[in-house]
Amino acid sequence: MERLTGRALIASRCAKFFKNGDFVNLGIGVPLMCVNYLPEGVDIWLEAEIGTVGSGAVPKWENVDVDVIDAGGQPASIIKGGSVYDHETSFAFIRGGHIDAAVLGTLQVDEEGNIANWTIPGKFVPGMGGAMDLCAGVKKIIVATDHCEKSGKSKILKKCTLPLTGANCVTDIVTEKCYFEVTSNGLLLKELAKDYTVEDVLACTEADVIVPDKIGVME
Amino acid sequence: MNYYIRKVVIQLLSKVVTKEEALSKIHDGQTIMFGDWHGEFAADEIIDGMIEKGVKDIAAIAVSAGMPDQGVGKLIVEKRIKSLITTHIGLNPVAGEQMLAGELEIEFSPQGTWAERVRCGGAGLGGCLTPTGVGTEMEKGKQKLMINGKEYLLELPLHADIALVKATKADTAGNISFRMNSRATNSTIAYAADFVIVEVEDVVEVGELGPEEIDVPAPIIDMIYVKTGEKKPLCPMWQRAKAKAEAKAKAKAEGGKK
Repeated sequence: MERLTGRALIASRCAKFFKNGDFVNLGIGVPLMCVNYLPEGVDIWLEAEIGTVGSGAVPKWENVDVDVIDAGGQPASIIKGGSVYDHETSFAFIRGGHIDAAVLGTLQVDEEGNIANWTIPGKFVPGMGGAMDLCAGVKKIIVATDHCEKSGKSKILKKCTLPLTGANCVTDIVTEKCYFEVTSNGLLLKELAKDYTVEDVLACTEADVIVPDKIGVME
Repeated sequence: MNYYIRKVVIQLLSKVVTKEEALSKIHDGQTIMFGDWHGEFAADEIIDGMIEKGVKDIAAIAVSAGMPDQGVGKLIVEKRIKSLITTHIGLNPVAGEQMLAGELEIEFSPQGTWAERVRCGGAGLGGCLTPTGVGTEMEKGKQKLMINGKEYLLELPLHADIALVKATKADTAGNISFRMNSRATNSTIAYAADFVIVEVEDVVEVGELGPEEIDVPAPIIDMIYVKTGEKKPLCPMWQRAKAKAEAKAKAKAEGGKK
């Protein structure tokens, strides 16, 4: 099998969290790439905030249905057995604890499981959309992110400095370098991607990291 | 006997109106809810009519700021909106510019909270208790209550003078139905305004929409306006994306010939 790196590796690792039949919400970008890496025998019900249960592949232009769209307003499809709901039912799924896992991108995440991904005051103010509801209601919040900003600054912090999207809600953090589980004692380094050492990870992680004796390989 | 009389009354009360009649209900300074999703599934022809009529100073409530050429976004670009209660403005950069320049007052609500605030407004509820936003700046100015050991924020209802709904189909009595994702926020907002105007693609006689096909019932709806333009146009965002994809495919084909 082709060896994955970077964002493909992040998506592939995140996809391994899902069990067959899970009800899952995936953010735009790397999170949505997870559907391309579902393990053999695992299929999921993908939720779209507009009110779709069972979002399918992006259709070709000749097959688009103007009444079927994704959370970003782009053309979408619905799988066999899928269904459509109104907006408040969609958020009842999310807030009501009915969704098994969500994968979110982020600007910052910290060792207490806080996440900040909706605004940089004065610069980037798009609004939070559905992200705060996901953080409040979904059991497993997986953060899929580059380990550092483009400037090289760590995104994995002791304490988020930007306004929070959710407090103490993140359960897992997957970057191109490693996978951390968020525990009550802090970030536990569970797996390392090939080419990276514990020292590499510690050097670019501002948060305190618990380094166990045995660390798995992330793939 | 009674049934027969009522049937006749419903047939007499057609709610189908012209665009001018619909626009006659819309005035400067009103609070208006817009049903849509990033400006798709919006009452496009009535919104265009509002721009032509010169309606301004609108307090808008919409799930997003649309796009500059879609939905409520068009009214924002034309500077007809003074305030907006919404969840996301990322696809309409003009809304962001106006907000940072102090021209457009924006209140952000998390999306599920926005939905429930609208629902409360339409359902006679004084608000809802949500865990969403606990521990974030959404707490600011709100009551926090502990229920069964968990913290919740009290979020207040939203209500409007007018709801501008887009539906797929209506009957003349005002029953409406939505196809696929197009209900979006449209079904929820229909309950949360004093006066409800619905733009539809098609209208049918009473009885043609069966009880299970009706998503919002006639008593909730005040006016039905039937679109005169294309029923299901590709929205501008999709037109651009399609043109880009076609240009790319063409360039690839031509490149391949060399």
